Amino acid sequence: MDIHFTAEELAFRDEVRAFLKDKLPQDIADKVRLGKHLSKADHQRWQKAQSEQGWYATHWPVAFGGTGWSAVQKHIYEEECAVVGAPRSIPFGVSMVAPVLIKFGTAQQQDHYLPRILNGEDWWCQGYSEPGAGSDLASLKTHAVRDGDHYIVNGQKTWTTLGQHANMIFCLVRTDSQAQKQRGISFLLIDMNSPGISVRPIITLDGEHEVNEVFFDNVRVPVENLVGEENHGWTCAKYLLTYERTGLAGIGVSKAALDHLKRIARLQLSEGKAMLDDPLFRAQVAEVEMQLMATEMSTLRTLAAAKDGGVPGAESSILKIKGTEIRQAISHLLRKVIGPYALPFVEEELDLDSPDEPLHADYSATLARQYFNLRKLSIFGGSNEIQKNIVSKMILEL
Amino acid sequence: MNFNLTEEQQMLQDTATRLVRDGYSLEAREQHSRSEEGFSRAFWQQLGELGLTAVPFPEALGGFGGSGVETMLMMAEFGRGLCLEPYVQSVIYAGGLITQLGNPSQQRDWLPRVASAQWLLTVAFEEAQSHYHLNDVQTRAERDAEGWTLTGRKAVVIGGHQADLILVSARVSGESRDEHGIGLFLIDPQAVGVERRSYQTVDGHKGCDLYLSKVRVANDHVLGEPGQVLAALRYQQGRAIAAQCAEALGSMEEACRLTLDYLKTRQQFGMPIGQFQVLQHRMVDMRTELEQATSMAILAACCADQVDSTERSRTLAAAKFIVTRAARSIAEQAIQLHGAIGMTWEYALGHHAKRLVMLSHQFGDDDHHLKAYSTLLDVA
Ligand SMILES: Cc1cc2nc3c(=O)[nH]c(=O)nc-3n(C[C@H](O)[C@H](O)[C@H](O)COP(=O)(O)OP(=O)(O)OC[C@H]3O[C@@H](n4cnc5c(N)ncnc54)[C@H](O)[C@@H]3O)c2cc1C
Repeated sequence: MDIHFTAEELAFRDEVRAFLKDKLPQDIADKVRLGKHLSKADHQRWQKAQSEQGWYATHWPVAFGGTGWSAVQKHIYEEECAVVGAPRSIPFGVSMVAPVLIKFGTAQQQDHYLPRILNGEDWWCQGYSEPGAGSDLASLKTHAVRDGDHYIVNGQKTWTTLGQHANMIFCLVRTDSQAQKQRGISFLLIDMNSPGISVRPIITLDGEHEVNEVFFDNVRVPVENLVGEENHGWTCAKYLLTYERTGLAGIGVSKAALDHLKRIARLQLSEGKAMLDDPLFRAQVAEVEMQLMATEMSTLRTLAAAKDGGVPGAESSILKIKGTEIRQAISHLLRKVIGPYALPFVEEELDLDSPDEPLHADYSATLARQYFNLRKLSIFGGSNEIQKNIVSKMILEL
Repeated sequence: MNFNLTEEQQMLQDTATRLVRDGYSLEAREQHSRSEEGFSRAFWQQLGELGLTAVPFPEALGGFGGSGVETMLMMAEFGRGLCLEPYVQSVIYAGGLITQLGNPSQQRDWLPRVASAQWLLTVAFEEAQSHYHLNDVQTRAERDAEGWTLTGRKAVVIGGHQADLILVSARVSGESRDEHGIGLFLIDPQAVGVERRSYQTVDGHKGCDLYLSKVRVANDHVLGEPGQVLAALRYQQGRAIAAQCAEALGSMEEACRLTLDYLKTRQQFGMPIGQFQVLQHRMVDMRTELEQATSMAILAACCADQVDSTERSRTLAAAKFIVTRAARSIAEQAIQLHGAIGMTWEYALGHHAKRLVMLSHQFGDDDHHLKAYSTLLDVA
C-alpha cells in the first residue's frame, strides 16, 4: 500500500500547476475566490484556454479530442483547478451529453456535436426534471410524437440550470405512453431556438437567476436528434447520472473554500482577537478539515478502485453525501465568521469591478447568499436521501 | 404552574393574528420589502393605533404594562407573517432603554411617541470588530461645554435607514473593550456629521451602516450616566432576545406547517413523499426541535422582565442558543424536504429559512451564547 501519488502523477501535477499559473485569467480567479458573479463570457474565456491546451474534455477518449486521462489524473486536474480558483466547467455539454454521445450516439452526431462542445460553439443545458418528476424522474410527462421526419414535443421541463444561456438542451421525453415508466422514454437533443420553446426564469431564494422553466409547445425536432434507440433513453439517462455523481464530492472546491475560511477568520475579530484564535470557532474549522481529509482519502480510494476503466459505482453516492455536507458546513462557518455583516444584501458588491468601497470587506457580500445557494448541493444530482437509498440497496443490499 | 393564557392575552393574540393574516400576505410583504421604507408604514401605524406598540411599556408611562408573555404572543405572529417592521428594535430595545435609563422629562418627551408608533427608533451597538460584544466599543464621545461630540462607525443598524432617532453606544473613557466607560446617546440621523449607507438585508429587511463624524449631541439627548450604561444595554438586549426568540418561534411553526403539508401532498414514486419513513423521522426531528425552541421561548418570555440576575442572563443565553440551533436546523431541513421548490423566491418557505438563519446574526449567534452560558455555568 502506498498512499502517495506516483512520480508520473506528481510530474503531471506540476504540469497542471504551470498551466494554471500561465493561463488562468487573474480576474476570473478573483471572482471565483471572492464569490463574485461570473458572466457567460468568463466561462467561455476559461473554456477556450483549456481547449487550446487540449484539456477541456477530461472525460473523453483521445480519439474524440479528449485527454484520455486516468481517474487519478482527472482528480488531480479538478483539484488543482479548484484550489487556484478556476471556475468549474459547466458540466452539461462536456461532462454529460458528450459521454452519452460517445457511448450511444451515431457517428454523425459525434462528428457534429463533439467539436462544437470543444470549441465552445454550443452551450448545453439539461432537460430532465419536471414539476411532477424530480427524484422520481421516470414519471416524466413531456412527450414526443413521431410525425414523418420529426418528433413533435410538448410539455415542460424545470430547474434547468443556466438554460437562459443555452442554445441546446438534451431532454428525456416520453415516446411511448403505453409502456411502463422507464421503458417509454427517449433521449432527444433539441435546439433551444426552435419555434415553440419558451424559457422562464426561476429566481432562487438568494436572489439569483440560475434556473429556469422550459416550455415546449409543438416543438418540431428532427428524427436524427434522437440518441440511441427510441424508448431506450433511460439507458442513456442512467449512464449519464453515474458521470454526474462522480464530480459531486467537490474535494478541490471544499479545499479552496476552507482556505478562504481560514483567511477570513484570521482577519475577522472577536474580543480583540482573530476569530481563528477563538478556541470554539477554531475547533469547528478543525472538525470540518478532518472530515474533508477523510473524504479526500475516500475519493482517492474510490478512484483507485475504478482506475482500470469505467466510473466508480455506488461508492460515489457516499462521496456525494459527505462531500456536499462538508461544503455546506464550510458555507455555514463562512457566514458565521463575519457576524452581523452576513446581513447586508448589497447587489453591486457581487460584481468584481463595483466602483464603491465594499461595505465591510471584498469577500463579505456573498457569504450568506452562498450559504443559501448551496442548499442545492444536497438536492440536485440525486438528492442525498436518494443517494442513501442507492447505498442501502446497492452496497448493503437491504 | 399554569401555561394558559388569560382572557386578555388571548384577545391580544387574536388581534395580532388577525392583523398579520389580513395585512401580510407574501405578496404584500414582497412589496413592503422592496419599498423605500422596507416595511409597511400603514401596518406600523395600525400597530400604534391598536396599542400593540404600547403593550410592553409601564402603565405609568402610557403603556399597558405588558410582560414578556404579551410580547411573545405578538412577536410569534409577526414571525409567522415575516413582518418587516422593526418592532424589536424600536419598541422593545430602544423603548426599553429609554424606560430604564431616561430621566422623567426624556421619558415624557419620547416614550409616548415610541409607544404610539409615531416615531421609529433603533439601536446602533455593533461595530466592525465587535462581533456581538456590547462592550467592544471604539466609537468615541468627547465632552465639552455644551454637550458631546461623537465620532466613529456603527455596523448593521437594522431600521436605521428610516429611524427618527438612533441610540448609539460610544466610549467616553477607557480602552476598546472595557466594561466601564460606555455612554448612550440619541442621535438624529439628519444631524450634521451623520452619514448613512443603507441596504437591504438577506432576509428582506433594511438597515444601514452609520458613519459619525464629530456629531454634536446635546446633554438632554444623553441617556443614563455616561460611562455606566453597559449593564442596561445588556439587560435590554436580553429583552430583545426574548422577543426575537418568539419571532423565530412563529416562523419555525410556519416552516414546519408548510413542510408537513408538502409531505402530505407532494407525490413521487406513486405516493405522497410523507410515506417515506426517512422523511417521517426528519419531520419528527423538526417537530422535536420546535418543541425545544417553544419551551425556551416561553422561558425567555417569563424571565425577560425579571430583575437582573445571573440566573436571568443564563436563561436568556440558553434560550438564544437553543432557538438559534433549532432555527437553523428547521430552516435547512425544511428546504431539503421540499426539494428544489424550497429554494425558490416565489415560495414562502425560503423567506422563512432566510429569516430564521439571519436572526442568529443579531444579538449574538449560538457560539456567542454558548460561551456566555459557559461563563455563567452554575458549578456549585
Ligand atoms: C439549483 C438546482 C439546479 C438544478 N438543475 C437542474 C438541471 O439543470 N436539470 C434538471 O433536469 N434538473 C435540475 N435540478 C432538479 C433536481 O434534479 C431535482 O431538484 C432533484 O431531482 C429533486 O427533485 P425535486 O426537487 O422535485 O424533489 P422531490 O423529488 O419532490 O423530493 C422532495 C424531498 O423528498 C425526498 N425524497 C423523494 N423521494 C424519496 C424517497 N424515495 N426516499 C426518501 N426520500 C425521498 C427528497 O430527497 C427530498 O428531500 C436542479 C435543482 C436545483 C435545486
